[in-house]
Amino acid sequence: MWRFVGLRTLQAIPVILTVITVTFFLVRAAPGGPFSSEKAVSDQVRAALEAQYRLDLPAYQQYFSYMADLFQGDFGPSFNFPSRSVNELIFQGFPVTLELGLYAMLIAVLIGIVAGVFASLKPNTLQDYMPMSLAMIGICMPSFLLGPVLVLVFGIWLDWLPVSGWGNSAGDKLLPSITLGAMYAAYIARLSRSGMLEVLSQDYLRTARAKGLPEYIVILKHALRGGLLPVVAYLGPAFAGLLSGSFVVETVFQIPGLGRFYVQAAFNRDYTMILGTTVFLATLIVVFNLLSDILSAWLNPRLRYQFRK
Amino acid sequence: MILKRMHWAVLFLSLLLVGCGGGSEERRVDVGTREGVLHYGNGAEVQGLDPHIVTGVPENHVVSALFEGLTSKNPYTLESEPAAAKSWDISEDGLTYTFNLREDANWTNGDPVTAEDFRWSFERALTPALGNLNNYMLFPIANAEAFANGVIDDFSQVGARVIDRFTLEINLRSPTPYFLQLLDHYIAYPVHRANIEAFGSYTDRVSRWAREGNMINNGAFELTEWQVNSHIRVEKRASYWDAENIKLNAIVFYPTENLVTEERMFRDGQLHRTNDIPLDKVPVYLEEDPEHIVIAPYLGTYYYMINTTRKPFDDVRVRKALVLSIDRKLLNDTVLEGIMDPSYALVPPGTLGYQPPEIISFDPERARALLAAAGFPNGEGFPVFELLYNTQENHRKIAIAIQQMWQTNLGISVSLLNQEWGVYLNTQENQNYDVSRRGWIGDYVDPNTFLDMYITDGGNNRTGFSSQRYDQLVLEEAPTRLNQDERFALYYKAETILMDEVPIIPIYTYQTKMLKDSSFKGAPSNIMDHYNWKYVYLEASE
Repeated sequence: MWRFVGLRTLQAIPVILTVITVTFFLVRAAPGGPFSSEKAVSDQVRAALEAQYRLDLPAYQQYFSYMADLFQGDFGPSFNFPSRSVNELIFQGFPVTLELGLYAMLIAVLIGIVAGVFASLKPNTLQDYMPMSLAMIGICMPSFLLGPVLVLVFGIWLDWLPVSGWGNSAGDKLLPSITLGAMYAAYIARLSRSGMLEVLSQDYLRTARAKGLPEYIVILKHALRGGLLPVVAYLGPAFAGLLSGSFVVETVFQIPGLGRFYVQAAFNRDYTMILGTTVFLATLIVVFNLLSDILSAWLNPRLRYQFRK
Repeated sequence: MILKRMHWAVLFLSLLLVGCGGGSEERRVDVGTREGVLHYGNGAEVQGLDPHIVTGVPENHVVSALFEGLTSKNPYTLESEPAAAKSWDISEDGLTYTFNLREDANWTNGDPVTAEDFRWSFERALTPALGNLNNYMLFPIANAEAFANGVIDDFSQVGARVIDRFTLEINLRSPTPYFLQLLDHYIAYPVHRANIEAFGSYTDRVSRWAREGNMINNGAFELTEWQVNSHIRVEKRASYWDAENIKLNAIVFYPTENLVTEERMFRDGQLHRTNDIPLDKVPVYLEEDPEHIVIAPYLGTYYYMINTTRKPFDDVRVRKALVLSIDRKLLNDTVLEGIMDPSYALVPPGTLGYQPPEIISFDPERARALLAAAGFPNGEGFPVFELLYNTQENHRKIAIAIQQMWQTNLGISVSLLNQEWGVYLNTQENQNYDVSRRGWIGDYVDPNTFLDMYITDGGNNRTGFSSQRYDQLVLEEAPTRLNQDERFALYYKAETILMDEVPIIPIYTYQTKMLKDSSFKGAPSNIMDHYNWKYVYLEASE
């Protein structure tokens, strides 16, 4: 097991280094720069700005000085928000995105598993078709549509919940969490349904039933553990997806999370901020995939056995 | 058991959904109105609050609450009013301004605001190493341009001189009738030297002095909260010299980049005023809720630039054909919901009473004749060219309409090219386009803020247009006239040249459009969309 963890961690390092290097040169290759302006910028001003941010150095020198700072944990100053460092902006935005992601995940897991298990118990009946059709709609409906629709219904027509904000007024965290979680709930519902269906036809469940166990124990104690394996494998990437893909929801609901910083940075050619958030999110995604692999190995004796060999 | 618990969780969530209803809660704007707290939709996220570094309009709204220049503007007349200076004298030749500062004006730390504060602030704003993108606004001051461009490095040669503790003298390079207006721009705001130096070098852009808890400022409000992408809160300062005339207790600025979300926030009672409103919502509000929508003229022109260095656009007849074949009225009535003003020149009409020449119009027949004379009868043989605009739905709609008009009226084909903002700016800067969208908002109320763009090789020209006579009128003759009518007559001549050579295709004059709560008072519409926070107050309607 430890060998497995160690090996996967070592694999992650070149991945992250590649991400940093490619991003570093790609952002500089994009047309326009952080100081492009609708108004003319004089040569003196441009030179002063470039000197302040070391953009006057050759690209390879910029790269090495950036890497040197990075190894000390310093992402550098933001180009777009001059009085703030990228570290500060990430640590301001990330907890918000994390909180949003956790709520969305909670909603996705609760709704998804309940719906999926429920559907799998009576396949090809109304009890199956209803939640699965909803799940299909959930997968197809983009958050930039679902968000405004929920706002219109619950925020404006019914006037139950605030239309935007994060932690400013009671209940304003609910609609964004549902909007973000809905698509994942739908995926999880489909995964848990198919996982359960596969497990329910296995011999060991027949044995359990033959022993005379009540059906709910058969399902909850014996079937669920095997049936939810695909869901567990999906949780890591799903959570990474929630954290790195919350931009639309953050924009629709005016949430000061990392997703908005990320996209603003790209539009403003805020080189350090683009790099900082990319490196940060890439690391997160790698870590979550790793955790998900470890969890799967722990739950699935067959995988563990392979590594022991 | 687990299933049962899950059911409970679902039930809990639904209860949460229903239970935490905000329906019975008082709206945020109503609480704000009662407590004197203005909730203000501020458009894009504010990048910073250092007056000598920031460049945008949203920044201006916040910075003008925190800092006070020598003069301010009356929001009703846009005339300059005393602010940090209680009075001033202008010499007869219009070159020397002597400002008498208030002795009771102070900084948030209690220090008095002195003439030296202003002198040092001008020096900082113009110091090349700071990289101040707006430094050109101070160039009317004698030798300011030479100092900013590193030609001289002794600031004592620049025309800003301390006479005594509360008297400041400013010498100009030429009479500049709009100079008092410039002093209300954030480039001319004073900053506190010791405050800045305590956080690093005065040319350091990444300094943290302009942050909540660090900043020392001299305006009517002080910065109390600033969470990026969430809000900025400023509160009334009891020690401000004119505190008794400040009616608001606090202003909360919200970044509202997404217009649709902003409009929903307004409907939900979260904002007293939005920064903008989606164009397609305008007719709905005009029909159903006319008292909350405000549409007013704005000092800006939406136009297309023509790259006159490329064939066939180097031929003035071709350019004129393009200009004359656009039906601006039709465009306005259809695509623009009828709310903009069709534009036939660069300077918006009525800029301090200036009326631009009316040479161009919608005349498809003349356009066809000109195109034929240029060697393209009925558009035959005319190369397919590109119309560039930055990615945005309204720009696309306008471009499609104009593409259609050129096709119908001239028989020529144009392909549309949209680029993301940064790429688009880069393409323009390199003059790597055929025809490109552009918008220009005046920095101050004077035709000069538009006309000085098209001087030969001017950084903002970007069309390749060059006319000696035009340069002479704008750069040499108009600035020396003290009489406004004479000066405007010269600008009229210059603009006549511009509209005769047409390196640009005017399309419409901007209008500000926004939603306003009826409690938001003392903020009249003006062409600068300028607020003077001193005048603003909140009053619940009966």
